[in-house]
Amino acid sequence: MNELLLEATTAHMETVYCMPQALGTQPTHYCPGCTHGVAHRLLAEALDELNMRERAILVAPVGCAVFAYQYFEIDGCEAPHGRAPAMATGLKRVQPESIVITYQGDGDLASIGAGEILHTAARGEPITVLFINNAIYGMTGGQMAPTTLSGQRTTSSPFGREGAPLQMSELLAVLPQTAYIVRRALHTPAHIRKAKKAILTALKVQEAGLGFSMVELLSSCPTNWGMSPAEALEWIETHMLPVFPVGDFKVAAAVKEL
Amino acid sequence: MGRELLKGNVAIAEAALRAGMVAYFGYPITPQTELLEHLARRMPELGRVFLQAESEVAAINMVYGAACAGVRTMTSSSSPGISLMQEGLSYIAASDLPCVVVDIMRGGPGLGNILPSQGDYFQVTRSAGHGDYHPIVLAPASVQEAVDLTVLAFDLADHYRHLVILAADGLIGQMMEPAELPPMRDLPTERPAYALTGAKGRPPRRIASFYLQAEAEEAYNLQIQARLARIREREQRSIEHFTEDARFLVVGYGSAGRIALSAVQQLREQGVPVGLFRPITLYPFPEVRLRALAAQVAAILVVEMNAGQMLEDVRLAIAERVPIHFYGRMGGAVPMPEEIVSALRQMLPMEVLS
Repeated sequence: MNELLLEATTAHMETVYCMPQALGTQPTHYCPGCTHGVAHRLLAEALDELNMRERAILVAPVGCAVFAYQYFEIDGCEAPHGRAPAMATGLKRVQPESIVITYQGDGDLASIGAGEILHTAARGEPITVLFINNAIYGMTGGQMAPTTLSGQRTTSSPFGREGAPLQMSELLAVLPQTAYIVRRALHTPAHIRKAKKAILTALKVQEAGLGFSMVELLSSCPTNWGMSPAEALEWIETHMLPVFPVGDFKVAAAVKEL
Repeated sequence: MGRELLKGNVAIAEAALRAGMVAYFGYPITPQTELLEHLARRMPELGRVFLQAESEVAAINMVYGAACAGVRTMTSSSSPGISLMQEGLSYIAASDLPCVVVDIMRGGPGLGNILPSQGDYFQVTRSAGHGDYHPIVLAPASVQEAVDLTVLAFDLADHYRHLVILAADGLIGQMMEPAELPPMRDLPTERPAYALTGAKGRPPRRIASFYLQAEAEEAYNLQIQARLARIREREQRSIEHFTEDARFLVVGYGSAGRIALSAVQQLREQGVPVGLFRPITLYPFPEVRLRALAAQVAAILVVEMNAGQMLEDVRLAIAERVPIHFYGRMGGAVPMPEEIVSALRQMLPMEVLS
C-alpha cells in the first residue's frame, strides 16, 4: 500500500481496538493458551473505561500471577502467599480514595489465604478481588488446589482427588458485609464479555464504597491439565461449569441501584 | 508536659501515636493487650486507623500494606505472636519499608506463659524471618525509656527505611511508673517518594521483593548489607553505670539490666569496683564500647532472663580476651538483685572479696 493510499484510508478509520492504557507493553511469562492474559486485559480495559488507572493499586499474589504488578501501568505491590487481602486492607484503610485490587489464584486465595479472604470479606473491606480459579496449582507444576475437582488427577493427587472442591463465591456470599460476589468464565467470547461487565461492576462497587467485591473467573491451565489450549477451554465448559456454576451469588441492594 | 503514672503498654501506645503513627493493626495477646486497647480508643478519636486483625499473620501484612502507602505504621504482640509474624517481617524488610513492631516478651518456648522473659533475643536480633538481614532492635529498661525509644524507633525506621523492633520484656509492658510523654507531632503533609499513591502524572511505582536472577538477588542483598553496615557504624547505643574505674563488668539489657544495677550498687557500697554496661540497641549490638570496656576489666558477667542469648554477642564482641560468666533465669522467672550479687561474688577473686 503506498503512502497516499494509506493516508486516504486512515482518514476514514476509527480506532476500534488498541492496548489499554492500564496494561503494560512488556510480554508476560504466561504459558500459551492460559487465560491470565485475558483476565489482565479485562481488568486493564475496565480501569481505563472507569478512569481509575491513576488511582489504582494492584496487590499481586504468589502463584503464576506473581509478576502481575509488572504487567499493569498502575502502582503495584507483591504480597506474601495468600496475604493479599490483608495487605489490601492496610492500603485501603490509610488511603480510602485509592482503588485497591487483589489478583489471586485458587491456591493463594482459597488455601493458604483462606483466613485472610474470609475476614476481609467479613469486615466488608471496600476492595475488589479478582479470583482466578483454574482448579490447580500452576506455578509449582500442577499440584492439587482447594478447587481441584473430585477425582481430578494432579501431581499431588495421582489417584484422583478425594473430597470436594471449595466453592469460594458461594461461601463468601453468605457474609452480610459482602456487596458483590459473582462467578464468570473465560472460555468463550460470550462468557468473556460477561466477565468484563462483572469487573466493571465490582470496581464501581468499590468506588461507591458499598463494600467487598469479588469476581471469580474460571480459567484454563493447559500446561498442567495436560491439554491443548482449545481442549482446556472445552474442559472449563464440560467439567468446571457443573461444579462451579457461573452466576451472581451476592448483589446487595445498593449495587443493583448503581 | 509533666510526668504521669503510666503503664508501659499504654505509654508505648500513646508515644507511638504522638510520634505520628497513622495506622495500627494488632491482635490481642498477653502481656501486650493494653497497648491494643489504648489505641482502639485513641486512634479513632484522632481520625486515624485502628484495626484488630484476625491473626498476627494478617496484622503484619496489614502493616505491610499501610507501609506501602508511606505512612507511619505499627503492630505489637508478644513472643508467640511475633513468631507468627516472621513471614511478613521478612517481606517488609526485603521491600525496604519502614515500620515499627513492638514485642512485649513472655516466657517460652511454645505457649509458655504470660510472665516476663527475654527469650526472644535470638528471634528479634537474628533476622526475624528468613533471609539475610537484621531489624534494628531497641530494648527499654523503664517506662520512660520505652516512651523515648518508641519515638526513636519511628525516626530510625524512616531514616533507614528499615524495620525496627522495640523488644521489651513483660515487666516493662505491665509495670506502672512515672514517665513524661512526648509532644504530639504534626503529621507530614507529603508521602515519601516510594509510596504507592496511584500513578497520577508519574510512572507506576512497584514494591516487591522478587528477583528471579541470582545476580539481581545478590545485588539487592548487598544493598541490605551496606545499609546494615551504616547502621552498625552509627547506631550502637548503650548506657553505663560505674564503669569509669570498673575492674569487673555486668552486661544486661532491659529489666535484667535494671535489676543488675541494684546488684552493682550493693557491691559498690562494699567497695567492689564493678560496673554495669546496658545495651540499648540489641541490633546493632554496641560492641565498640563493650570492647573498650573489656580492655579494662578482669571478668564479665552477662545477666539475662533467658538461657544466654545476648551472651553469644558478648562472646563475639570480645572473644576470649576476658573470662565471660553467665547468670540467667528462664520461663518467666525474674532474678532478684541478691542472686546477681552472689553470681558476681562467685567470679570475683579472693582479694577483692576480702
